Amino acid sequence: MQIRGRHPGVVLAALAAMTFSDAPRAVGDAPRAAAAEVTALRDGEGRDLTLGRCIICHSVEYIPANAPAMDRAAWQKTIQKMQDRFGAPVTDEEAKQILDYLSANYSGKSG
Amino acid sequence: MHALTRREALLAAAGFVAAAARGEQKVPAGSSGGDALLAVLPGKQPLIQRAFRPPNFETPLADLAPLYTGNAVFFVRYHLSVIPQIAAASWRLQVGGPSAQRPLALSLRELKGSFPRVSLAAVNQCSGNRRGLFSPRVPGVQWGNGAMGNALWTGVRLRDVLHKARVAANALEVVFNGADTPVLPATPDFVKSIPIDRALDESTLIAFEMNGQPLPHWNGAPARLIVPGWTGTYWMKHLTDIRIQPAAFDGFWMKSAYRIPTGAFPTARFVSQETPETTPITEMLVNSVITSPTPATRMRRGEPAQLAGKAWDSGSGIAAVEVSVDGRQSWREATLGRDLGRFAWREFQLPLDTSRAGPLEIAVRARSRSGATQPETLTFNAGGYHDNRVQTVYVEVS
Repeated sequence: MQIRGRHPGVVLAALAAMTFSDAPRAVGDAPRAAAAEVTALRDGEGRDLTLGRCIICHSVEYIPANAPAMDRAAWQKTIQKMQDRFGAPVTDEEAKQILDYLSANYSGKSG
Repeated sequence: MHALTRREALLAAAGFVAAAARGEQKVPAGSSGGDALLAVLPGKQPLIQRAFRPPNFETPLADLAPLYTGNAVFFVRYHLSVIPQIAAASWRLQVGGPSAQRPLALSLRELKGSFPRVSLAAVNQCSGNRRGLFSPRVPGVQWGNGAMGNALWTGVRLRDVLHKARVAANALEVVFNGADTPVLPATPDFVKSIPIDRALDESTLIAFEMNGQPLPHWNGAPARLIVPGWTGTYWMKHLTDIRIQPAAFDGFWMKSAYRIPTGAFPTARFVSQETPETTPITEMLVNSVITSPTPATRMRRGEPAQLAGKAWDSGSGIAAVEVSVDGRQSWREATLGRDLGRFAWREFQLPLDTSRAGPLEIAVRARSRSGATQPETLTFNAGGYHDNRVQTVYVEVS
């Protein structure tokens, strides 16, 4: 479900499980919800593998948040950085599946 | 098919999803930037959740309006996910390294009691503040305007602590580590260094209070480094280890992250870490943020309205803030508020003319006492740092 705030640019999305009472003060029409792990990724081939590997170290809102900056080449660079620099336990075959998934679902780079 | 582990299932059951993947979106300067999920960390008020783990939470624009940014709304930025709660009584600060002739360890009580106490107002701004407004977009935490704040930091001078450890003449850099650690042993620990001169500067502090209160957990309890004028990456939280050394520190977070093209910005050099291509980010650039009006503000014809915001630089102080309401044809000086010190931000205000209905394009540019002015264009860099373009907000008078 979506909650549209007074602020035209601000769209909040959350599950119905959230509570909407008790907005403390002037932070838009913000619901007051405890911060929580984000685990939702788009359906698609390779999603479970991508989720399973990425959440070892970080929650996955990084993925949709970065989509506007990403294309296949950028995802390849990022996945390689996770493997080589951060020690992500991802085999090369898995890396290819993750790359296919992210390229197909989270590549929003324009120009 | 990869099955969800128990941990993953638990996380999924926590009952939250991110905003759907975002398309390309124009975010006006002055807004908090992009879609936003507001959420509450323990001990905090609602902040914009850029990432839950490691926690990266941004201060909403409205909370940048007070002169001091409240501890409960101050932004949170981590690189690593394992963040221990540290009991003040068991915390120890180790000070050593090859260029420390008399290594020492300090308890919090010893740190507080052994050196003169200093308070200093300073802006803490993440290097990547406004990365989400970059064009073209670059990867990283997609911050809007709120990866920053201004606080009164109380602690002791780093140089007093270093002198007690007897700094050798060959000292080149001072290296800082905090208690946060990576999930995987193979992930580089978050460790940063600064040049010895910057470490011995009288403004560099080890702080244990923020706005008169003990440091909040999410902002580095029980003690953190304060490097006024330099971006937040050097302000090590949960500080546990200080090493004085005669060589350049070669960790990942110095050699491969937080770097900008050499010579691209008029900021302090970090010579021992410089290569012909890139160099570490150091000082903040002169900059400003409009806190009021926002694009959401309803301005009524003939009713009083006020422009307000904050301006800052790396420590020369703000000389003037100029405002244009006619598409940058002419500029007027805003009124500056209290001077809290050269490392703090400076409030600015200007009454707005609402006598005519229609769109209003308000542009703001700050000028520092060193003569630097905010530019109209972005100096693009792959890390998404140093966006100090003239701030513009579009509102409608009706």
